Amino acid sequence: MARITAGVTTSHVPAIGAAIDLGKTGEDYWKPLFAGYEFSKKWMKRQKPDVILLVYNDHACAFDMKIIPTFAIGCAEEFQPSDEGWGPRPVPVVRGYPELGWHIAQSVIQDDFDLTIINEMTVDHGLTVPLSLMFGQVGEWPCRVIPFAVNVVVYPPPSGQRCYNLGKSIRKAIQSFDRDLNVQVWGTGGMSHQLQGARAGLINREFDQRFLDRLRNDAEGLAKMPHIDYVREAGSEGIELVMWLIMRGALNPDAKEVHRFYHVPASNTAVGHVIYENSD
Amino acid sequence: MALVKPYADVPGTTVFDADMARRGYHLNQFCMSLMKAENRQRFKANERAYLDEWPMSTEQKEAVLARDYNRMIAAGGNIYFLAKLFSTDGQSFEYAAASMTGLSREDYRNMMLSGGRSPEGNRYKGERKGG
Ligand SMILES: [Fe+2]
Repeated sequence: MARITAGVTTSHVPAIGAAIDLGKTGEDYWKPLFAGYEFSKKWMKRQKPDVILLVYNDHACAFDMKIIPTFAIGCAEEFQPSDEGWGPRPVPVVRGYPELGWHIAQSVIQDDFDLTIINEMTVDHGLTVPLSLMFGQVGEWPCRVIPFAVNVVVYPPPSGQRCYNLGKSIRKAIQSFDRDLNVQVWGTGGMSHQLQGARAGLINREFDQRFLDRLRNDAEGLAKMPHIDYVREAGSEGIELVMWLIMRGALNPDAKEVHRFYHVPASNTAVGHVIYENSD
Repeated sequence: MALVKPYADVPGTTVFDADMARRGYHLNQFCMSLMKAENRQRFKANERAYLDEWPMSTEQKEAVLARDYNRMIAAGGNIYFLAKLFSTDGQSFEYAAASMTGLSREDYRNMMLSGGRSPEGNRYKGERKGG
């Protein structure tokens, strides 16, 4: 049977992707950020997952205002990187896992979570920047990836509770897949940031630290935090953090935190990154 | 019953909700069209003519021509859609965000490097401005 062995969360700031693609990772501005992922890259090499269910949000690339799915699972064989206005990132094509994608869709829909199934789409920085951070610059991504897109652009996004419960349902779905697979679940986006208006540049270190602590120790309570708290405390775009709760729900409650990193700033954003390992 | 907007009292913030999404539909779809290289070229060649192909309000078109991101957001634009416009201009999220705060690029960058804008005084409208 497929096993969820680990969970990863990370911010997915587009400027991080640009820094990697343009060879700026050694610059003073970026050095401390990339240092926080050195452990992670080594850890990834040891873990060798077969597939990553990667929770992220599309930033008006695959989906425009015509269709706005709250939860969408990518079931295609492959996904090309999006042209976000400056040409696609020079990263490998993302190879999917349609059989497992469809299995998860069928399983969680029957568990009352109404996913949208996507058979053709491109993937933007929300998905490719975390891959770059964890794998570095490679000719080919070393595992399959199932993109799982959450609407956090048009208000309201799904609640933290809904995301957390969905994570639990995804766990059951993956564990019932009849193949011996090492599966990781990632949750991306955040942490505190606001990209618009006179309040742009908001960073709330205290909120972020507390979020990281509660994600580990009190995910049940954290899931109950209402949207307004994210908006007021972590900025209008900080609400992306609800996606981390999908990852957390998919991991065991007693999963062990093996790495934590926090850094301000990457462009407009507070960067948070955590790795959990499942105990069994 | 009207939509409940508990975020209405957050200062300097426009939440992209149902009302804003309806108001900004064509502005945002225009931005999406700039994801294609050939459209970017046509737009750059004659911005006004390209904009006139879209059923946008005069205010929306003028805000685009002026690259006034606060005005675009007030007219229903969403930052992730507007990103296609500033990317077409070769600009970053940092540039766009700075332009909306009234700070110079350098001052904004320095604010971020020293930990960002503090939430103190910035949670509720009418609080004394901090950080
Ligand atoms: Fe994002």
